[in-house]
Amino acid sequence: MNHLLRHLAPISDAGWELLDEEARERLQGSLAARRLVDFGGPRGWAHSATNLGRVEEIDSPAADGVSAAQRQVLPLVELRAEFSVSLAELRDNDRGAFDADLEELDVAAQRIAVAENVAVFHGWAKAGIAGIAETSPVEARPLGESGEEYPRSVARAVEALRAVGIEGPYGLALGPDEYTRVIETAEHGGYPLLDHLAKILEGPIVWAPGVKGAVVLSLRGGDFLFESGQDLAIGYSHHDADAVHLYLEESFSFVVATPEAAAPLSP
Amino acid sequence: MGFDQYHEPPEELSAETRTFARLCASLTEEAEAIGWYEQRLAVEADAEARAIMSDAQGEEFKHFAMDLEFLLRRSPRWRQICEGVLFQNGDIVEHGEAAEAGSAEGASDDETGAADGSLAIGSLKGVQR
Repeated sequence: MNHLLRHLAPISDAGWELLDEEARERLQGSLAARRLVDFGGPRGWAHSATNLGRVEEIDSPAADGVSAAQRQVLPLVELRAEFSVSLAELRDNDRGAFDADLEELDVAAQRIAVAENVAVFHGWAKAGIAGIAETSPVEARPLGESGEEYPRSVARAVEALRAVGIEGPYGLALGPDEYTRVIETAEHGGYPLLDHLAKILEGPIVWAPGVKGAVVLSLRGGDFLFESGQDLAIGYSHHDADAVHLYLEESFSFVVATPEAAAPLSP
Repeated sequence: MGFDQYHEPPEELSAETRTFARLCASLTEEAEAIGWYEQRLAVEADAEARAIMSDAQGEEFKHFAMDLEFLLRRSPRWRQICEGVLFQNGDIVEHGEAAEAGSAEGASDDETGAADGSLAIGSLKGVQR
């Protein structure tokens, strides 16, 4: 038993397996940041802050010859996306039905994945999180109007990183529209654009819902740290005669250690 | 082919638990191999043979580390205890006791999914879409 209170839900083991598997499948396709940045943890629900290794001087208590400083930390944020599942659908699943309606869960999974991606790539000021794109000192150039312009833009971004000593391999986070354009495009001679970009990057090209435009970043490690407290989990809220009300939840922080290890590309 | 890593009927175990058990078995095998190479190196006089076995033992160190990291990512409480013990100076037993006590109020076990009840998604670096 833990804070998720899953044991209180009127859901069978088969039902939990169905919900967890559906959530895992939906989330893994959308959690773009986790494909590209370092992942630390999970440290557990009780973990509240990331150590920044810095201090800020403060006034000491009234005693001569004593200086004081306070440790600086980044508090973890909690994300939660609520959803409901029909009890009738869960009972049908227990009977062997293979087409349970889990639309609300799918929507919640997409929402929380987008929120995580946006926090990592574009920041979240109220949570104290600075995003990869906004902290990069590299000026955001346009990715291009058409897919055929993408290789040149991405190659320039890679070159900008190499020029300041940021080694590869490199990854590319692409907003949904831009990603669709890439997979639909074949260049002159029929060479798939996706393959061309992969050759330039020597790394993955990731569908990143929530990202505006694109971001090229180094995958060498040590530049971008996502610290997980509670990794994504389904918890129980309450239930009534018709439905059980659940939520997807996680806690995390994100720190950019090397702003120059990424180059944003505007839509 | 044996299924000795299972102590309960495999069909009653979740896919996650079966994977966890396989990696636990693999971790054990790597530790055994490290011990075997250590013994062979202690008695082998031929320098060339020693160099090869030393290289092979290095592989087993790597395998052990990868297995362990996988398991720690799936078991937050195990990870928490390891963080209190590994790569620390000082008394190992004291660190172990303190880490165990500290973990009791942190991550807890759950009967489904990962030990913390999460979906155990973790890092997706290197995972094909």
